[in-house]
Amino acid sequence: MRKSTLFFTFLAAAVLALGLVLAEARVRMRGELPHLRQEVRVVQTLGLTDLCLATEARHTRHPSQADWHSAFQSHPGALDHFPSGSVLLPPERVLKGYGAPLR
Amino acid sequence: MGPLFAKQRYLLDFALSCLWRRRGKNLALLTVYTLVVFAVASVMFFTQALKREAALVLGATPELLVQKLTLGRHDLIPADYTHRIREIRGVGQVTGRLWGYYYDPQVRANYTVLAPQGVEVPERTVLVGAGIARVRHLTRGATLTFQGYDGKPYSFQVRGVLSPESELLSADLILMSAADLRRLFGLPEGLYTDLTVAVANPREVSTVAAKIQELYPDTRPIVREEIRRTYEAAFDWRAGILLAVLSGALLAFLIFAWDKAAGLSAEERREIGLLKALGWDTAEVLQLKFWEGAVVSLTAFFLGTVGACLHVFVAPAPLFAPVIKGWSILYPRFRLTPFISLFDLGILFFFTVVPYTVATIVPVWRAASMDPDQVMRS
Repeated sequence: MRKSTLFFTFLAAAVLALGLVLAEARVRMRGELPHLRQEVRVVQTLGLTDLCLATEARHTRHPSQADWHSAFQSHPGALDHFPSGSVLLPPERVLKGYGAPLR
Repeated sequence: MGPLFAKQRYLLDFALSCLWRRRGKNLALLTVYTLVVFAVASVMFFTQALKREAALVLGATPELLVQKLTLGRHDLIPADYTHRIREIRGVGQVTGRLWGYYYDPQVRANYTVLAPQGVEVPERTVLVGAGIARVRHLTRGATLTFQGYDGKPYSFQVRGVLSPESELLSADLILMSAADLRRLFGLPEGLYTDLTVAVANPREVSTVAAKIQELYPDTRPIVREEIRRTYEAAFDWRAGILLAVLSGALLAFLIFAWDKAAGLSAEERREIGLLKALGWDTAEVLQLKFWEGAVVSLTAFFLGTVGACLHVFVAPAPLFAPVIKGWSILYPRFRLTPFISLFDLGILFFFTVVPYTVATIVPVWRAASMDPDQVMRS
């Protein structure tokens, strides 16, 4: 068999695999709608403001609610020592300043 | 089959033979390339899924929240503030929220304690998040004891466990009545954690926020849009430590690409010289090298992308979870809704396949446009 035939077969199989993954993602996304609706209901009912991604510090548990200094709260000049603080960026207001208009 | 297609197919056959001849180097390159695509695609899918889920779900948060700040820190807000805020034109209901944190030394985890407005929780009972139930082995009817502000134990009966379906939001939640929360934390009446302000017209929210700030300069209004933007920025796939963690792989790939772009090996130069001496013209050599680059980059793109889809949406993202969860004991077991668009795939394709293919063509073009004798001698 020619090498190009082998490569085209591989390419076709790869495109098919990617197509299947995308199709499965679409089907799953539809299936997830009730789950998303339930999440929205939880947020509405409980008045929640943040996702529960990291519970170790208040500026990573509630990034939108924590005060601007909570990452450096331990003592003057203290640095944020929570690992999740490096993953979750501070709110845009903190980066741009309160007076600056949001994009 | 047209002659053009037949010619390109012969070139592809020859390109595959050339790649196979240097299989050791090319397989190493393919592995690194695939890993780079896998890593970049995983970050992209993971953050896109989180961003879109956050945007959808957090669209239902209170439209305006008001916090009091003292010494730059979040402080308790007096109930009196509600009266004057309510008088602002366009403001509907102003409600005090009660919530805070409790550190459980037994499992060394932080809980979010909340007295919800929309759910009635009888006194001396709690509803717990699925994450807490898992860590503390709690079921309905179990007793949960907290140490109060005064050092005394306060026991609560677990009335139920919140649905694991909403763990992304509620894994660490403890819901209790307002009276219990005040008793547990020694919080006097007339003080709240923050206020929620309902605004009838969504276009007036920022105006109302500005008026509140004018009225009470020691407050910090937080609008829903800010919350949404906070998460958008936080999950921006270009930012954060994930890409920093991946920088090793990215650097390795850059070295490979640089190696390709900076020059050809003596063997490759000899090969180009021979082809030219045999009568191949510059365009044919370029086409051959284009096919070599395309085979490597397309293979890496497909393997990396399919691998990333499986990693993020089937596995779900076991390589990233430890980076995100930090020291959190109560990391939620959430499953991500797979939001993948063709646009995202297009961007990924453009940024992974195109630069490599171009990087391989440029030095070949330089060598192929020279005299064969000069190429082989250089």
